[in-house]
Amino acid sequence: MHRLANPRRFRRLADRVWPWTLAAMLLLLPVGLVWALVVAPPDYQQGDAARIMYVHVPAAWLATFVYAVIVVSAVVALVWRHPLAEVAGRAAAPIGAAFTFVALVTGAIWGKPMWGTWWVWDARLTSVLILFFLYLGYIALHDAFDDPQRGGRAAAILALVGAVDLPIIKFSVEWWNTLHQPASVLRLDGPTIAPEMLWPLLVMVAVFKLYFVTVWLLAIQTRLAERRIHTLWARRSAVEARPAAGSPSPAPASPAG
Amino acid sequence: MRFRKRQRLLIVGLALLLLAGASALVLAALGDSVAFFVTPSEIAAGEAEPGRRLRIGGLVAEGSLSRLPDGTVRFRVTDTREEVTVTYRGLLPDLFREGQGVVVTGTLRPDGTFAADEVLAKHDERYMPKEVADALEEAGYWEGAPRGEKR
Repeated sequence: MHRLANPRRFRRLADRVWPWTLAAMLLLLPVGLVWALVVAPPDYQQGDAARIMYVHVPAAWLATFVYAVIVVSAVVALVWRHPLAEVAGRAAAPIGAAFTFVALVTGAIWGKPMWGTWWVWDARLTSVLILFFLYLGYIALHDAFDDPQRGGRAAAILALVGAVDLPIIKFSVEWWNTLHQPASVLRLDGPTIAPEMLWPLLVMVAVFKLYFVTVWLLAIQTRLAERRIHTLWARRSAVEARPAAGSPSPAPASPAG
Repeated sequence: MRFRKRQRLLIVGLALLLLAGASALVLAALGDSVAFFVTPSEIAAGEAEPGRRLRIGGLVAEGSLSRLPDGTVRFRVTDTREEVTVTYRGLLPDLFREGQGVVVTGTLRPDGTFAADEVLAKHDERYMPKEVADALEEAGYWEGAPRGEKR
């Protein structure tokens, strides 16, 4: 992990990984979509309306998965102070927020015809809404400081505190009466979803995960490049600030790669 | 340096532990007040007072659905042990049918019936094609409509 933390090494590794994840996603996306929207049978009760789950469930899983990624980055950033971990968490946040939003919206679209309401304040829906606000808070706090290191640290602490929301989201449908149905796939006694619907769902889950990895790696690289530009800029303006001096002293720039 | 890293790890670990403990206490204290609805059994046990707004969740009892001439719908909500009679005027959601899970919002009348002003259908966690549902029903493994939802 220490080796990975070297931004240059990371950049080389990421450059080798992301074309493959992107290719795999582009390959699986049409397969998953056609399988889910055309081939898979309609549900015995909901009919074709159940197909929204092929987007809703992968989005909701990604929403919690990305937050777990941010929590891990936050721990690494706080304990080992790896700048890469901070960048990785911040780069993942907008993606997670976007998919939380997708999960909330698709859930509402499904809820209106099925439940009879767009929204209820039951434990599952409320805890996912809180996750959405956690993402927004994390992003806002991270960028609220002039010193990026302090912002990163504050945001990491917020991310850690927010980690309690993840088990609450997962088990809310078991601990309390909710309008949202209990888990269909990840349950101790096996899935309660027919295999011919489960498989396209799993393909869509893979597509969403691959999309995340691709965009995440690119976002990290963009942020690393941004940091480097800032460092170089700071160095240059430090040099220009004292033209009289014979030789430009080595800039006291931050230790970015 | 190593020492400081271990110290930070310890602090983060301890903080997380405290946080988990605190949230566990909060969740335990919240307990049933987080519940979205009460069950007919809880009503029968006298846990709900008449006149206060509440939600009742359960299954629409088989054969209990009737429509009165003035457009009012009458049905019983059951959790397989106790039942509550519900009256409602308005549009019913797509999934509403006998044997289906519902959550009704309204107030309990003094006579023990429930005046609902909102009926929500509760979907269960089962997803399957129609043929499978029919086959299961035919084989007698399962009685068509979802039931026995109560854990």
